[in-house]
This record gives sequence, C-alpha cells and structure tokens, in this order.
Amino acid sequence: MAKIIVHQDAIKDRKEVVKVCPFFALEYENDELILNAACKMCNICVKRLPEVFEYVEDTLPEIDKNAWRGIAVYIDHIEGNIHPVSLELIGKAKEMAVRIDHPVYCLVMGDKVHDMAEELLHYGADEVFIYDKPQLYDFRIEPYTAVFENFINRVKPTIVLVGGTTVGRSLAPRVAARFRTGLTADCTTLDVQENTDLDQIRPAYGGNIMAHIHTPNHRPQFATVRYKIFNSPERSETKSGKLTSCSISDEFLISKINVIEIKKKEKLKSIEEADVIVVAGHALRKEEDLSMINELADMLGGMVATTRPLIEAGWTDPRMQIGLSGRTVKPKLIITCGVSGAIQFVAGMNSAEMIIAINSDPKAQIFDVAHYAIIGDIYEVIPRLIEKLKEFKD
Amino acid sequence: MNITVCIKQVPGTAEVEIDEKTGVLKRNPIDAKMNPYDLYAIETAVRLKEEKNAVVKVITMGPPYAKAVIKEAYMMGADEGCLLTDRKFAGADVLATAYALSQGITRMGDFDLIICGKMTTDGDTAQVGPEIAEYLQIPHVSNVRRIHEINEKSIIVEMDMAESVEIQEVQLPCLITVEKDIYQPRLPSFKLKLKTANRPVQIITFKDLDDKNVMHYGLYGSPTQVLRIFPPEPNTTSEHWEGDGEELGEKLAEKLKELKFV
Ligand SMILES: Cc1cc2nc3c(=O)[nH]c(=O)nc-3n(C[C@H](O)[C@H](O)[C@H](O)COP(=O)(O)OP(=O)(O)OC[C@H]3O[C@@H](n4cnc5c(N)ncnc54)[C@H](O)[C@@H]3O)c2cc1C
Ligand SMILES: Nc1ncnc2c1ncn2[C@@H]1O[C@H](COP(=O)(O)O)[C@@H](O)[C@H]1O
Repeated sequence: MAKIIVHQDAIKDRKEVVKVCPFFALEYENDELILNAACKMCNICVKRLPEVFEYVEDTLPEIDKNAWRGIAVYIDHIEGNIHPVSLELIGKAKEMAVRIDHPVYCLVMGDKVHDMAEELLHYGADEVFIYDKPQLYDFRIEPYTAVFENFINRVKPTIVLVGGTTVGRSLAPRVAARFRTGLTADCTTLDVQENTDLDQIRPAYGGNIMAHIHTPNHRPQFATVRYKIFNSPERSETKSGKLTSCSISDEFLISKINVIEIKKKEKLKSIEEADVIVVAGHALRKEEDLSMINELADMLGGMVATTRPLIEAGWTDPRMQIGLSGRTVKPKLIITCGVSGAIQFVAGMNSAEMIIAINSDPKAQIFDVAHYAIIGDIYEVIPRLIEKLKEFKD
Repeated sequence: MNITVCIKQVPGTAEVEIDEKTGVLKRNPIDAKMNPYDLYAIETAVRLKEEKNAVVKVITMGPPYAKAVIKEAYMMGADEGCLLTDRKFAGADVLATAYALSQGITRMGDFDLIICGKMTTDGDTAQVGPEIAEYLQIPHVSNVRRIHEINEKSIIVEMDMAESVEIQEVQLPCLITVEKDIYQPRLPSFKLKLKTANRPVQIITFKDLDDKNVMHYGLYGSPTQVLRIFPPEPNTTSEHWEGDGEELGEKLAEKLKELKFV
C-alpha cells in the first residue's frame, strides 16, 4: 500500500505547485496543501517536484498468494458458438501459465453447452468447468454472477481473464466487486511475475498514455481484454485436459430480469472479422466520395471502416468506427485514406499486420504507425490505384 | 419515482503528451468538463421525468470544483445534486470509486433507478456502473440503447449486444448504463441557469457515510495500483513514399500485388 506525502515546508511557490497535477488533485485546505479525491496516484507530482512530494509505501498484512492457483478464462459464447476472444485468452493464459507452472481453466456457463465445452479441449485448457442449466440460457446478470462466484470459490484461480464483449464488460466488474478485488479493463499487454502478480498494461486518458497496473494484494486478479488483441492458439486435432460438470442450486439462479425478446441486428459482418480494411477519413469531401473507398475495399475483398468524424456526420454506421470508442481491429492489411492518426483512432488499429497510410500531410501522425507512408492526395492516388488493380484482374 | 444519475468531471481535452524520458505529462489539460457520455445519462433521466413526474438527482465524486458539473446538470433539468468529496477518497480506483458512490447514493435517500454513462473519457473503463449495482445489491443492465417503458415496478430496456439486441424487463430498483444512441442530449438552458443559480449542492464527506472504515475508500480501498505511465510506442519500421499522385497509385498497386493482396 502506498501514499503520497506532502512536505509543506518545501513548497516554494504556493500557486505554481498546484499546477503540477494534470488532474487538478492538489488544493489547499486550511492553508495546507492536500491531495483531493481527484488524485489518481499517477506519481506525476512526485516526479516533477520530488522535494515536495514523496511516495511512501507502508506495509499491510499480505495475503497468501499460494492459496490461489490457476489462470481462468471465462468462455463467452453467442448462439452456441465460442466467441473467438475467449480462444485468444486461452492462448494468453497458456503462455502465462507455463511461466508460473499453473493450470489453465475455462469456465463455461449456459444451457446445453456441453459440446461447446468439449471443443475447448482442442485448445489446450487443462480443465473446463461446466455449469449447464436452463436458467442460464439467456445472459442475465444475477445468475451469471452467482455462477461465476461459485466457480471462483471452488477453484480459487489467481488470475481471471474475461473478453471485453458486452457480456464480459457487464459481468467482470460485477464479479470483481463481489470479491472486493481489482479489475483492469481493456488490457493490451498481460504478463505474469513469478509471485503470480499480473502485469497489466492498458491505454488510459483516451489512449494518450499507457498505464502499467498491478493488483499486489488481492486475489483473484481480474482483467478484461478486447477481441483481437491477442492471437488465437492453433486448434489441435487431439484433445487434452478434462471436463468437470458443476452444480449450483436453483436458489442462486433467481433473477429480477426477464428476457422478453432477442432481436437480430441487421446482419452486417463486423469489421473485426475482416482480413482487409480500407478506412475512410475526414479528408473525404462529400458522402458520395465513399463510393471510391467502397470500390477499393471490394477489389481487395475487404470491408470499409471509418474514423469518428464521418460517423458524427451521419455518413457511416457507428459499427464501422475503429478506435477507442469504436472497434479494435487486427486485420492483415489496413489502408487508411485521409486519416490523421489521432491516438484514439490508432488505439483501435495499431496491431494490424500491415498498415498503409495515404495522407497529403507529411507530418500526419498516422505515419508514425504506418509501414508504408504514402504522402499524396487520396483523390489522385486512389482512382489510379483502382484502375491499376483492375488491370491486374483482367 | 426517484432517479439518480452518476456524473463525473473529466479533463477538457484528451490531447496530452508525455515526455518519454521523465514520464511526465508535457501539457496540462486546460480545463475540466462534464464527461460527455454522462450527458446521455442526464438526458435519459430528464426525459423520464418529463414523462413520469420523477425527481432527478445527480451525484458526482470528485474535488470541490467538480460542483460545476452538478450546476450544469441543473441547467439540463436535474432537481437535486450531491457532491461526494473528501481527501480520504483520493487515489480511488474503480472499486473504491464505486464503493464511495454506492455509500453516497444510499445517503442521498431513496432511488428507483440509477443511470450511469457508458464510460468516462479519462478512466474509460465502463466498470463503475456495474460495480455500484453490485454494492447496492440491485440488478443492472449495461449498454442500454433504448427504454421501451417504465412503471412503478419495472423498466423495459434494450441492451445492445454486438450482433443482437436483447429486450429485458428489469424490476426496480435497478441500475442501467446508457449508450450514446439513446437520446440526443439537450443543451443547458439559460432559463434554468437563472432559475437554479442559487440552488444548493449537497456536500457529502467521509464522516456522513454509513461505513466509516477508511480502509474501504480512496487509495486504501483500491486493489489496483498504477506502477507507471508511459507514452504508447511508435512503430519505427516505416517506408515513406513521395511523388505525384498517379505514380503513387501505381506503385501502391504493385506493392499490393507483391504482398499477395490481389
Ligand atoms: C475520448 C475520445 C475517443 C475517441 N475515439 C475515437 C475513435 O474511436 N475513433 C476515431 O476515429 N476517432 C476517435 N476520436 C476522435 C479522434 O480524436 C480524431 O478526431 C479522429 O480520429 C480524426 O479523424 P480523421 O483522421 O478522419 O480526421 P482529421 O483529423 O480531420 O484528419 C484528416 C486527415 O486527412 C488529411 N487530408 C485532407 N485532405 C486530404 C486529401 N485530399 N488527400 C489525402 N489526405 C488528406 C489531412 O492531412 C488530415 O491528416 C476520439 C476522441 C476522443 C476525445
Ligand atoms: N467519480 C465519479 N462520480 C460519479 N460518477 C462516476 C464517477 N466515475 C464514474 N462514474 C459513473 O460511471 C460511469 C462509467 O465510468 P468509468 O467506469 O470510469 O468508465 C460514468 O459514465 C459515470 O456515470
């Protein structure tokens, strides 16, 4: 446990010192400089004015970390199919489990989910725990939380990974709060230390900074990860590991929620699944010019995505937005057309395998992440590119 | 009917840069504003009030000047506001924030519905809402994109899932987090600004809360700790092409062919 101490007598300029904190967490109370509720413990003040601010650790009774074993992955599923993010998390869990010599567990809950659970044995899970109950057919928060709680009490995993899907983002915080433990959302890097502490790195502050977070004195350690951040392991022909059926009594599965209907959204293949993406940026002068982007995407067998300004303008559907407040994509190829490369956008696409950026401004930020930086006007480059691609086809 | 909305003050700009050597922010955010996603939460509450005669209360946890967002909520039609502030809340992570808020909400009196924004632009975890619901032991629904109906006993909402929409009827009291497609937020009204200029903001501090164990709040109540912050890594391997547009188009076509994309 750590805190920041303010050495009042070392303050030279009482007005200036308050400005060291970008989060406005410094203020005077009865003439004394204090850290208020806005403090994020980012230590910026300590770095800037070490004579005034001191970071001290005081020790609290430590928990017994050895009492918690295994890395558990929550298996998200839609209509009987495993959500691919869950497989990616199994991959990550296996990688970390080797380093601390722990098993990898999967938690599957739902109605008639046995076959799906069995499929997980092709991906290297050591043990798959199944809660199969008709009450779990639809996602409703209280029964799902109760099952998760039951699982954690039974298995005592040190780390729990949950996909950042709608269900995952609703369920993980609820379960973490029930165990009064930490949860780090949308991690982009995960690693484990020998003492089983999880190193979690996530973008914060709109993606402008990365924060390295840990949960030193609580178990289990919860993290959510979005789809396409990690790689999915190969499916092996042979099965390994075992299935364990679990029971939970009906009284825990009562819910104050009644699912009335599940409507399909208009079927738009999601950009997360596309191998090739062409992104239209704010450089487009009018809505009709999207046709050029569509044509290019078609020629490459890809999908069109856009930056936020185009969605705000109403030209494109919000599901086509890439970025921090949109989707995270990891295609084999992404071509950005007239996109400046704001950090919020880049956060959603910088793990693409190949990034080609077309922008007329040689200083555009997108070029910092592009493998091929093409300094040119999209209205000249793209029509010629399409023409040339057509030639290849013929 | 009582509706409580959780709102937060966030830095006014997201344009921060870090000095790579020192790990210190180069530029400070100039001003603070209401978390944009919370405007949708307030709008939702005010619409329900117009329809159902509800009382809309807002709560924020933050430093004393976070009062500004409560004043703004008044200008949009909120009736009561509460600022949860105390230096004991400093350094709170999601769990400690949600806990303090759940204590503050209880302190503010009865509630039938709690509305949170989808996420904040500084923390952007989207976790505070569900954790508040857990502490208050009420059901919650995240990503609500439409409200069909509300009555004394329950609310019918549409939850936005990736590929589908789930329509759920939830018994009150409950908590929802709302998507930004839900309603277009109104602008603060000048008339309400004048009318509410002297409306007080209730201040709740640590000593007003039921649970007075300091270990449950702020830094002590936060299981997660930030070890360090650093700028995102730039990609160093890159090739720059310049030239006339036509040439570039051709060169790119050749490149795509070479890379087997055509
Ligand atoms: C909390 C937060 C979350 C956000 N989340 C997202 C998000 O998820 N996704 C997102 O996209 N944005 C997001 N944004 C917005 C983001 O900051 C940028 O505003 C946005 O990405 C910019 O889009 P753009 O690059 O298309 O437009 P601009 O920044 O306007 O860039 C247009 C670019 O086109 C170039 N250009 C102009 N004409 C031509 C031409 N003829 N040929 C070639 N190049 C040309 C210009 O040089 C410029 O670089 C978020 C912002 C915040 C604060
Ligand atoms: N300090 C706070 N005070 C009041 N409400 C908050 C606070 N932090 C978060 N919230 C609420 O929780 C939602 C999600 O926040 P977050 O988990 O930080 O993304 C916000 O949109 C607010 O409705």
